Amino acid sequence: MTTTAASRAARADTALHAPPGRAGKPFWRRNHGDLRIALFFIAPALLGFVTFYVVPAVRGTYLSFTEYSLLGEPEWVGGANYAAIAKDPLFWNALAVTGEYVLINMVLQTVLALGLALLMHRVAKSTLIRGALLLPYLMANVIAALLWFWLLDYQIGIVNHFIEALGLPRVAFFGSEAWAIPTQALINTWRHVGYTALLLFAGLQAIPRQIYEVADLDGASPFQTLRRITLPLLRPVIALVVIVTAIGSIQIFDTVAVTTQGGPVNASRVLQFYIYQKAFTESDFGYGSALAVILFVILAVVAFVQMKFLRGNESDLD
Amino acid sequence: MKMKTAGATAVAAAALLALSACSGGGGTSSEEAKGELNYWLWDPNQRPAYQQCADDFHKANPDITVKVTQRGWDDYWATLTNGFVAGNAPDIFTNHLTKYPELIKTKQLLPLDEALKKDSVDLSIYNEGLADLWVGEDGKRYGLPKDWDTVAIFYNKKMTADAGISEEQIKNLSWNPKDGGSYEKTIAHLTVDKNGKRGDEPGFDKNNVAVYGLGLNGAGGGLGQTEWSYLTGTTGWTHTDKNPWGTHFNYDDPKFQQTIAWYAGLIDKGYMPKLETTVGASTADIFAAGKAAINVNGSWTIGQYTGYKDINLGIAPTPTGVNGKRASMLNGLGDTIWSGTKKPAAAAKFVEYLGSAACQDVVASKAVVFPAVKTSSEKAAAAFQAKGVDVTPFTQPVKDGATFLFPIADKAPKVEGIMKPAVDAVVAGKNPASSLTQGNEQVNALFK
Repeated sequence: MTTTAASRAARADTALHAPPGRAGKPFWRRNHGDLRIALFFIAPALLGFVTFYVVPAVRGTYLSFTEYSLLGEPEWVGGANYAAIAKDPLFWNALAVTGEYVLINMVLQTVLALGLALLMHRVAKSTLIRGALLLPYLMANVIAALLWFWLLDYQIGIVNHFIEALGLPRVAFFGSEAWAIPTQALINTWRHVGYTALLLFAGLQAIPRQIYEVADLDGASPFQTLRRITLPLLRPVIALVVIVTAIGSIQIFDTVAVTTQGGPVNASRVLQFYIYQKAFTESDFGYGSALAVILFVILAVVAFVQMKFLRGNESDLD
Repeated sequence: MKMKTAGATAVAAAALLALSACSGGGGTSSEEAKGELNYWLWDPNQRPAYQQCADDFHKANPDITVKVTQRGWDDYWATLTNGFVAGNAPDIFTNHLTKYPELIKTKQLLPLDEALKKDSVDLSIYNEGLADLWVGEDGKRYGLPKDWDTVAIFYNKKMTADAGISEEQIKNLSWNPKDGGSYEKTIAHLTVDKNGKRGDEPGFDKNNVAVYGLGLNGAGGGLGQTEWSYLTGTTGWTHTDKNPWGTHFNYDDPKFQQTIAWYAGLIDKGYMPKLETTVGASTADIFAAGKAAINVNGSWTIGQYTGYKDINLGIAPTPTGVNGKRASMLNGLGDTIWSGTKKPAAAAKFVEYLGSAACQDVVASKAVVFPAVKTSSEKAAAAFQAKGVDVTPFTQPVKDGATFLFPIADKAPKVEGIMKPAVDAVVAGKNPASSLTQGNEQVNALFK
């Protein structure tokens, strides 16, 4: 999740400031003259991209066809890892658990963020309040997870203290199989909702004011305005937000690693944690790599489908 | 995707170094400071003792200096593995019984036999069995024992007094898997619900318990070191077909499954907290908060339990079991040498010193663990006594031979990967104890 922060920002940037085609110098000339400078500026990013993404991805794919324990040489086993994964109940469990986590996050985060963005747009104009919404996002994931781990502790957590004071039974937020994933999804939502709201808020500001004025003159109700104007025009940003949330939450790892570590039983053994367990705890890097390749394919498919479905790369404003 | 970047980080780092060659960075040379050894351990409480050992060793061997580094348990193993791959692991490091079989297989450890023979090191100075823990399947010795631990009962003296249970009684409990014996009766009597009713009184409300008779660490995974191994150990059951280096596990044995069923039953009766409530705060802290009357825990937690100011703490041996005897798992750490060390002779010398009475007496004097050397163990017990803690319940099983060795087997992390969720499910009341047979099949399939 931490690695996506930069890419999120980058994506947000392209989505929000998609430059309309600008007429200037002849196309061929501009292109030609900028090429060398462009390459010069791209080089640092390219170097990072190749060393940190391309090379590891290729090597990871290679390792997924081997048996490898980090110490010693990888041994080619063909598709054996993939065949084993297909029959591994814990892999299918991991998919289901990760799916539950992603679904809760996607729905909750988008809806809450939209509400917050509308409030920011219409009501809370103070920069202080708008800024405060972003505070949880400035906290490291692990810190957020540990903070809530203590607040929600069954025995000594303050939340359970209040719950009991209200006359309700204590809740094992992290210990019960039913609660483990929803709890962690809520923590993630708490941390990211401010940031997501900010993205949507920026999208709201990009909608021309005249359209609302016209709607007002035509006597549209606030709900009609929201449904017929705001949401359709906000669609590219909503698409971005949903994709970013989905991809970010499929990669859930740190919260699980510092709290439940896959348990109770297998209730929070999400895909990323299972990869970590196989590779780093059980020294089965071949199997872990094969799982990682599968995760990669899933992420690619999810991103592709969502872009296609939500037409996230087009805007109705043009 | 994160994991894939791990291997490449080194590559990238190397590339960056090459780019910034003008800054003069060339990596540190391993040959500088001739005779400097690196020694790693994970327990911060033991660091001062081992620093002292390193200093004393340097005084006796001025040519060799030892740099002691401590890292937390999780960091320790990750950094160590990276060190093996990158070629800069410490010359000597503290090792754990679940970890070292894998390291022998991947040839990361240096056999000590020749060096020990040359210096005619006496292995009989150690407590029974401890030295055997560090002999590999190939018959070679890879480490010297440094300390050991057992389990015993910690109890809240005020609570036992209120319940009318004498110290004599709690030190002479007995257990069986059918009705739990006097052990279960005591646990039941020490359990108190919100209305003040005890667990063995009519009208006891098991859903609203204020004080549990027995605290719960967790389900214990496939080892049950502090959870149930002190019970299964009295039934004649063993984790594996032979120990060390067993290749067949026995989680399908009715003796084991009955014990687990009895253990899980305590939760059902309301005498022990639900498994789901144990995620988070430590068992010892909950004990200190007065929410449990008895805890079974390891000797490495003595410092923690005796550190609680408001608790009048008692320590008692675990109950006698089916065979009429007590049983405690005996676990021990050892010091091993990395096969990639550039100074094997100096490293062997230091390991021998760490395993000698001279160093272990220093460790004993700090009263944090029990050293492996017999005479040093006694000194440690005396050091605990001087602090006002009677540790006999932990040391007696070793003297009486009422211990069994921590099960050492290849593929331990994979076995645990299967058994932890399986035992969790039983203790959580989700699956019957018979479901462990299925886990056992999976475990044994690993060895085929």
